[in-house]
Amino acid sequence: MLQRLPKQVDNSLPSLNLAAKYKLTDSGYAIVFLGPTLMLLVAFVFYPMLKTLYMSFFLTNDFGKTTAFVGLSNYVSLITSSSYLSSLGATLVFVLAVSILTVVLGVALAVTANQELKGIRLFRTLFSATMGVSVSVAAIFWLFAFNPSVGVFAQLSQALHLPVVNWLTDPKSAMVAIIISTVWMNLGFTFLIIFGALQSVPKSLYEAADIVGISKLTQLFKVTIPMISGTLFFVMIVTLIEAFKSFGLIDMMTEGGPDNATNLLVYRIYQDAFINGNFAQGSTESILLTIIIAIFTLIQFKFLGKRVHY
Amino acid sequence: MQLVTNDHVSKPSSARRLKKIGQYAFLIVLMLIVVSPFLLGFWTSFLPTSQISKGALWGKLSLANYWAAFTTTPILRYLFNSIVIASLTTVAQVVFCSMSAYAFVFLKFKGRKFLFYAFLATMMLPFEAEVIPNFMTVKSMGLLNHFAVMVVPFMATAFGTFMLRQSFLQIPKELKEAADIEGLNHWQFYYRITLPYSRISIVTLAAYSFLTSWNQYLWPMLTTFSDNFRPVQDGLRQLQSSETFNNWGMIQASACIVVIPTLIVLFIGQHYFKAGLNEGSVK
Repeated sequence: MLQRLPKQVDNSLPSLNLAAKYKLTDSGYAIVFLGPTLMLLVAFVFYPMLKTLYMSFFLTNDFGKTTAFVGLSNYVSLITSSSYLSSLGATLVFVLAVSILTVVLGVALAVTANQELKGIRLFRTLFSATMGVSVSVAAIFWLFAFNPSVGVFAQLSQALHLPVVNWLTDPKSAMVAIIISTVWMNLGFTFLIIFGALQSVPKSLYEAADIVGISKLTQLFKVTIPMISGTLFFVMIVTLIEAFKSFGLIDMMTEGGPDNATNLLVYRIYQDAFINGNFAQGSTESILLTIIIAIFTLIQFKFLGKRVHY
Repeated sequence: MQLVTNDHVSKPSSARRLKKIGQYAFLIVLMLIVVSPFLLGFWTSFLPTSQISKGALWGKLSLANYWAAFTTTPILRYLFNSIVIASLTTVAQVVFCSMSAYAFVFLKFKGRKFLFYAFLATMMLPFEAEVIPNFMTVKSMGLLNHFAVMVVPFMATAFGTFMLRQSFLQIPKELKEAADIEGLNHWQFYYRITLPYSRISIVTLAAYSFLTSWNQYLWPMLTTFSDNFRPVQDGLRQLQSSETFNNWGMIQASACIVVIPTLIVLFIGQHYFKAGLNEGSVK
């Protein structure tokens, strides 16, 4: 029905008239179409952000009501607190380790799955499987693996006559355990994205490299990785941002411990605001977290801006 | 006889055969790294806890742990809660995000550009940094400990709007012009042309919002206090931290009960997911 329409354009009403008619009603439609989303975003995104900022300049009581205006002193006391700085440091270590390991392993999985072999689809499906695992399930699987008496790691060390590490009660190894679990959870998604990028690399490039006699390993570093560097950068930033927001695995596996070694930024906000009832401090920490994440998101937008048409 | 045809297909020299074995070996090693936590979880979910706590990874396999999880824990109720919450969130997000995306693509109105950038800006704001005022909001609205508290704040997102906008932009201009001449109003064009045309992106957004809602952890932990409304994530946390903590067999069975539905959704929806991920903002 629609296909024959363009022919009518010439002898139809003057299109200016139509445009004018629709311009009038467009604003009305816009209210209906945009209204619900706008209201929700105002209520649950814009307002809370401003409110958080507001609260960070005040002291609060146990119910979260602001009591006295204190200017920037919440910020000053936070960034001079050694405990906050160590949380920040731990978070940076965590975030960098997670994003680098995720991308490296993601590339390994994607390159391996990008071969034409019998049954490769099964491997591709399995490689993406962790995407279907939610936080609490991952936490339970890994809690079991790291358990000092029944876990596989403990049993392996025992079998090899190595000292048994109590993974989650030693500050250093607890961080390693959280990193491993987080990387594992990220793998499925990362694999899918990198694999998608690999498939768009022209096959002729590899054929040419084969003819010249460049080894497969050199091809990986000289052809594949440069060709998908944009995607790798994107995945890295997304992983980084997500890692900054980590909460669930920490809550179930270490509760920020031992000795605050895994007390990363979001877990700290939760503890300060909802366990200790210090909402002002929680708000101040939230603002600092937002600034950090906003910076990385802007970098990501800049990258997206090049590839997405506006 | 069969062997002959096989030979015919691959005709490998021994070097090529060796290479093939190497390729498969590497694939299998990587696969084991990825799936071993699953395998361990599945396997132990069939073992009696008495065996597991001795550190043994063998024993009489049975469904006893699953039976115990179904009968002595509210795991089914948690699953039901999560399905209700995630479905409602998904439907709301698809409807509201597609409507707002439509407005940004097909409607001309004052402040469109400004609003669009405001939407984009919200993507920089982590929800985790806004839980304090949001908690107070839902508390004052009387929504605490109810399905609504898990649904209402997530009924529309800037990300969903942005993603669908990218997809709506691909709709040929001629289609809109033709529809204008035909006299289709915006509702009709939205409903009859835009949504069907962008169905892959819509399905992708639906899958994405379902999984995101399903995976919510911090928010339900703060806002739901009873088994009647608690979703699975918080439910598993509850089971794991309660007195059942050392009943490893049952905990693993509960984890498997929770993970199997999402794995099935993932495997079925993967085809769509891949297409959507690669056509959308990610390339």
